[in-house]
Amino acid sequence: MREWLRDPRMREVVSACITLGFAVGVFAVSFGVASVSSGASVAQTCALSLLVFTGASQFAAVSVLGSGGSAASAFGGAALLAARNAVYGLAMAQHMKGSLPMRLLAAQWTIDESTAMAAVQTDDAHRRTAFWVTGGSIYLFWNVGTLAGALLGSAIDPETWGLDAAFPAAFVAMLWPLLRQRRPALAAAIGGALCLVLIPITPVGVPILCAALGVLVGLPTPPPGRTVAVAQ
Amino acid sequence: MTWAFVFALAGTAYAFKVLGLVVVGERRLPPVLDRCLALIPAAMLAAIVVKDTFSDGQALVLDARAAGVAAAAVAAWRKAPLIVVIVIGAAVTAAVRRFAT
Repeated sequence: MREWLRDPRMREVVSACITLGFAVGVFAVSFGVASVSSGASVAQTCALSLLVFTGASQFAAVSVLGSGGSAASAFGGAALLAARNAVYGLAMAQHMKGSLPMRLLAAQWTIDESTAMAAVQTDDAHRRTAFWVTGGSIYLFWNVGTLAGALLGSAIDPETWGLDAAFPAAFVAMLWPLLRQRRPALAAAIGGALCLVLIPITPVGVPILCAALGVLVGLPTPPPGRTVAVAQ
Repeated sequence: MTWAFVFALAGTAYAFKVLGLVVVGERRLPPVLDRCLALIPAAMLAAIVVKDTFSDGQALVLDARAAGVAAAAVAAWRKAPLIVVIVIGAAVTAAVRRFAT
């Protein structure tokens, strides 16, 4: 704690991470609203944020269940989305040395934002600080926001406030930087197109699962000299 | 939603996180698997955007959400912060729904 206060660059990192946590907290309010309006109880909604703690999966699950999809397809889509955290874990593993209990806690906080904030740092000390501060502040704000949204949920109509567009808007923001590289852009195009084609002809939730076939564009070995796209 | 669903999803999500950070750790995966896994967010996020923007159950629809998400895409392209993108997406959708339909 004391070293953060002395090092101005560390202070910058910490304040950026806390700001991000706050922004995600506002997003969490819309998750809380969406979750209770899809039929989950307030306690289930809070349990999802406390225990699952990976936003895209939580949104995918309540959105499929809310639009009448089966539990199996909701679970499949959410689980596939959660699989990317394994990739983030792989990316962070070399920087997160420590005792087993510390790494087991770090695992719960291995999500898009903490990995991304850590990845842009230039040395291990800042990387670890960015990871822990982002993970901690997001865990706090995500859960407080979820509770607020879940309690609000029955009191407001999400459609009046355009909250049903808040999730796709947030996903567009997360997706956009990935589109600058050729392979992720191609994977996104295939995933989106498959989903569009399958929506009218398959049960709700199935199109999302099938969209994962877009990752097959990663099969060919990249031509030498070109950097391999890595999700950050 | 059932509690079994909540706990199954929690267990699965945590298993993936532990798998990468603790179990596999610094051991390397075959490069082809690495390359495919890295593309999961792009493929699935795109699919979710399509589903949440253009579908109502099994029906394809074009409504106020398309305008909101298009505005959000412009904001993302202009490198607006996440929270601004979300607010623009929701506000434009609400406005179009209120005044144009």
